[in-house]
Amino acid sequence: MSRLGVACFALAMWTPLAAYAQEDSPAIDVETGGKLKLTRGVSTVEGQGGGGLTPWALITGNETDRGVGGTAHVTGVELPDYSLLSYGAALGLFDRVELSYTRQEFDTRDVGAALGLGRGFTFGQDIWGAKLRVAGDAIYDQDTWLPQVAIGANWKKNDQGAVVSAVGGRDDEGWETYATATKILLDSSLLLNGTLRWTNANQTGLLGYGGNLNDDHELMGEFSAGWLLSPDIVVGAEYRMKPDNLAIAREDDWVDIYAAWAINHHLTLTGAYVDLGSIATFDDQRGVYLSLQAGF
Amino acid sequence: MRMALVCTLSAIIFVAPAFGQPMPPVPPGEETVDAYTISDANAGATPVDGQDLFAAFHGHEGISRIVDGLVEQVQKDSRLTEIFKASDFVRLRRTLKEQFCHILNGGCSYTGRDMKSVHADHGITTAEFNALVEVLQAAMTREGIVFSAQNRLLAKLAPMKRDAVTR
Repeated sequence: MSRLGVACFALAMWTPLAAYAQEDSPAIDVETGGKLKLTRGVSTVEGQGGGGLTPWALITGNETDRGVGGTAHVTGVELPDYSLLSYGAALGLFDRVELSYTRQEFDTRDVGAALGLGRGFTFGQDIWGAKLRVAGDAIYDQDTWLPQVAIGANWKKNDQGAVVSAVGGRDDEGWETYATATKILLDSSLLLNGTLRWTNANQTGLLGYGGNLNDDHELMGEFSAGWLLSPDIVVGAEYRMKPDNLAIAREDDWVDIYAAWAINHHLTLTGAYVDLGSIATFDDQRGVYLSLQAGF
Repeated sequence: MRMALVCTLSAIIFVAPAFGQPMPPVPPGEETVDAYTISDANAGATPVDGQDLFAAFHGHEGISRIVDGLVEQVQKDSRLTEIFKASDFVRLRRTLKEQFCHILNGGCSYTGRDMKSVHADHGITTAEFNALVEVLQAAMTREGIVFSAQNRLLAKLAPMKRDAVTR
């Protein structure tokens, strides 16, 4: 819990810092701020700007093409048998490049005891991400069907290599690449997103990368839709396909329904109901997702 | 003979607009502007289908209140005062009302200049354009326009960013 405390403290410090950065901006050439609310996305559990479970082509931070921005997030997912904590920070450069780091901690609670790992055994994972916007403007290109498109890559390192190996995972570190397209259909107040991810991560990497059933990277589809209710609120759903590489346990696709509320230009609160399916033989992992993102 | 016909047609098509609609006299309270060709194409967007969106904007009166509110706010918003400093607000109100009415299919003609010429000297950034969107959203909300209807107008205005943002 002390790590959560540090993360919360960091988040609390962020907003005044962001405000300071904005007041200070005339003194330097690089601007901060300028994006419309919600158009930086929220932070995924893996740290990219996007929805809750899948990255979008939007670049994090409030900056436009003339500046820099950043976000920090704390996300908790409370499931019947597990708890996931995710926290991290990301930088947006000129609404073009996004660099992110996120730490994930997956607490197995009583399951840890049942599996002989010890009560409260926690898998940890560090995720470093980079994303490049390559074409289009999701918001302003309203006279064409062409979406905003970005490509990205994540490098992930699990810190429980021995256990990953014991459950049949091949590696305790791995990489994945993805292409993602975001389109806002203002005419019907809809946001649509599709992502193709080339990955071999087991439960996003919390159970390692590659496994005894399959070690190869595979193409996974991820889909989000959002309905814009106001300049501050979007509600929607997401679906994320996942690999199934481990003989010991079936891995399911992930689904959620969410609501995101931009409290102001700096803070966005996201709540969701998630169905993460079966995780390490424990089925029906449905629960609540809560995320607070602060940014400038 | 065919060549002559093509030549005549081309002359009509390309030259006619230049003197097809003469510049109207300068309305009272407005500054003079350099001569330009008046055309609905200058509005930068084609009208929406049907009358429902015009009705959702409370017709001419609603558009008038929204534009008045918008023009009032851009003079107060610290993010926008600089780019509107030299504006002819009397003319801006009139042409914006014409433009919104035309796009909302309210049967108005647009007599202002095209979006590229209008914005050429303002040096507008994306951040300033977004600020303008927020001010317009607020003006529409004050008029009680439902968000989905607001977005249908914004969808028509959005591509104009390509002509309006120059730096």
